[in-house]
Amino acid sequence: MAKLELRGVVKRFGDNTVCNGINLDIEEGQMVCLIGASGAGKSTLLRCINLLEPTEDGEIFLDGEDIAVPGLDPQTVRARIGMVFQSYNLFPHMTALENAMLAPRRVHGLTREEVQPEIEALFTRFGLADRMQNYPDQLSGGQQQRVAIVRALAMKPEVMLFDEITSALDPQLVGEVLDVLLQLKDQGMTMVLATHEMGFAREAADKVCFLKDGRIVEEGPADQVFGSPQRAETKAFLERALK
Amino acid sequence: MADPKAAGMTRRERYEEDQRRRSLTIAATSTVLVIAAIVILVPLAPGWEKVQRSFFNGAVLADTFPKLLDAFLINVMIFAWCAPAIAVLGLLIALARDAKSPALFPLRIFGAAFTDIFRGVPVILTVYLIGFGIPGLGLPRPWNSPYIWGSLALILTYAAYVAEIFRSGIDSVHHSQRSAALSLGLSERQMMRDVVLPQAVRNVVPSQMNMLIALQKDVSLLSFIGPVEIFRQAGVFKSLLANFTPYVGAAIIFLIVTIPATRYADYLMARQMRERR
Amino acid sequence: MAKTISLAALAVALTTTTAMAAGHCAAGKTLEDGKFTIATGNPAYYPWVLDDAPESGQGFEAAVAYAVAAEMGFAEEDVVWVRSSFDEAIQPGAKNFDVNMQQYSITPERDQVVDFSAPYYTAPMAVLVGPGATDTEPTMAALKSLKWGAVGTTTAVPKLTETIQPDSDPLLYGDNADVNAALGANQIDAALFDLPTALFLSAVMIEGSKVIGQFPPDENDNPDHFGMLMEDGNPLKECVDDALAALTESGKLAEIEAQWLQDTTGVPLIK
Repeated sequence: MAKLELRGVVKRFGDNTVCNGINLDIEEGQMVCLIGASGAGKSTLLRCINLLEPTEDGEIFLDGEDIAVPGLDPQTVRARIGMVFQSYNLFPHMTALENAMLAPRRVHGLTREEVQPEIEALFTRFGLADRMQNYPDQLSGGQQQRVAIVRALAMKPEVMLFDEITSALDPQLVGEVLDVLLQLKDQGMTMVLATHEMGFAREAADKVCFLKDGRIVEEGPADQVFGSPQRAETKAFLERALK
Repeated sequence: MADPKAAGMTRRERYEEDQRRRSLTIAATSTVLVIAAIVILVPLAPGWEKVQRSFFNGAVLADTFPKLLDAFLINVMIFAWCAPAIAVLGLLIALARDAKSPALFPLRIFGAAFTDIFRGVPVILTVYLIGFGIPGLGLPRPWNSPYIWGSLALILTYAAYVAEIFRSGIDSVHHSQRSAALSLGLSERQMMRDVVLPQAVRNVVPSQMNMLIALQKDVSLLSFIGPVEIFRQAGVFKSLLANFTPYVGAAIIFLIVTIPATRYADYLMARQMRERR
Repeated sequence: MAKTISLAALAVALTTTTAMAAGHCAAGKTLEDGKFTIATGNPAYYPWVLDDAPESGQGFEAAVAYAVAAEMGFAEEDVVWVRSSFDEAIQPGAKNFDVNMQQYSITPERDQVVDFSAPYYTAPMAVLVGPGATDTEPTMAALKSLKWGAVGTTTAVPKLTETIQPDSDPLLYGDNADVNAALGANQIDAALFDLPTALFLSAVMIEGSKVIGQFPPDENDNPDHFGMLMEDGNPLKECVDDALAALTESGKLAEIEAQWLQDTTGVPLIK
């Protein structure tokens, strides 16, 4: 049984079918990269996995249990799945540390004293020890995104979702964020990334999926999909993307 | 090559200095001319002496000012207990209107009706209807005091406006903040309380300042149902002395309070505009 | 004998002079030549004007107005009625009336800004209490403990603050109707009005209210004299005063008062 199993996931916005029957297995500890053009359905798929969007049809099995059942309370699931967004979405009225401590205190009912040491350790691990007391508008884009990752990690999730987290960054800040991702992978985190960073995907991903028009057109090990793509659409996309 | 600054001002600095001096001279001259025109021409109007005696009478102003200040304390008092109540009730109504659960549907309807009615009816009518109407149902003293029910009329009316401002503030918090909060496992209520509301309230502080300033003046509406606040006191003087200067005195007292408040509100708005850019 | 004759001759001469002057006195001094424009309140209350229709001549002030107009040589159809507020009356600038009759009390301060005719009525001030306080004794001591209200723009206010000096601060209102509302809502126990107005309010407007006493119109106490209000320096004042003097002398003024303001007996004096 894989950590996450998607079976026939369908998501529509009005007349527009954004996810058109997605089947995907994600094993524990794997890093799976979703690539494809904008509008192919990558972000929407991620938002369906952590139940930010309700699905029209299909099942999503987390540890064998279907979490896409309509009417299920999404809160408990979301506490087990962390998400990091393209525009960081840090809470501007709180410091970095308070951003990270909010959810563990509220959702798990822990006190500040119980939660603070572990979270401070997380900040230190990712090179942000001296930035913990800063407000988001005092941090660079790369720092903010790393804080966002720490914030998600503070809930001790079993799966982490990353929605094009480097797309909004200046090129010289991308590297520090990708380093964090590699660290997480080394620690065995199950990760699903929607990304345009082809080089990174090729180096680090265990599995790459190419999405087009709401379907996974091709999927396989990174070397295979990048090195010898089987489908014409994949080839065409890679040619354009890697130019 | 010699440092150009060491030799005195650069060519452009000299030019800009000249321009500055010239604009200052023009501005000063123009201001002096306008003031001189007002000071010289207005008194030449045939009715000026009478108008001055009637509206700008120094002796009357000096006589009535202390009692007007005293009466103004009543305005301050009423404002002091209305403003917090309005803030709280306004926030509650805003939340009621946005309630999502079906069990709370009556609350949504109530919230919508509340804002419709109290924003629609002129404040003075509300003051009369509630200030006289409810005590008229037979309440014992001191529960039928015009201070209580008149203040309630103000609170209900202003809460309706304040609620709508809060709602727009809540709407203005970008939905990505909600996504982030929910994806961390926070409940809707926790998201509201810890993420959305703090930002929403901060966003609308400048608009709410404008409401506060309007409230400072509308407190005078309670004069219609009995309390002898500054507007009523000025009216008493006007009648006894057949002179309008007490109203000018009251206006001066109001301005002493509202001008700093409006300047502060402007400052907050400007700062917010800068931050948004 | 000579003295009597000369006195009589003088009297005749004066009367004739007055009678002739009346016809010409007001000429050229009114807003509109040949018309006498009188302002009254909006609405005008009983018993001063009946049914808010001053043209009918019904009501004390309406009747006095027509009598004064007649004395000055104006026919009934030459009397024009307009409505105005107190503010319009005292503001600097041109007025839209010749005289303004709305139970205005003559005070020295007001006299500096406007002109008043000679008094046409001396109004005792009376205490009207609401249903909850009808057994209050008409003594100054008892009055002090009541919760008071009054119309803010009247001379009732200084009467309250200087003469009665109640224990708790009075509440002040914009007009009679609001004072009535406050009495009805039991927010105030008592209010001060001129006696005729008080009697009218008690009989018609407020259930269970009662006029428990009146203040003696004692000169020392600065009673309320009602005068017709005019623009400062209005030459018409002379004519109006002459007309009022004639009406007083002939007893016509007292007749009008008896006709319209007759129930003022039977109200006890405040001790």
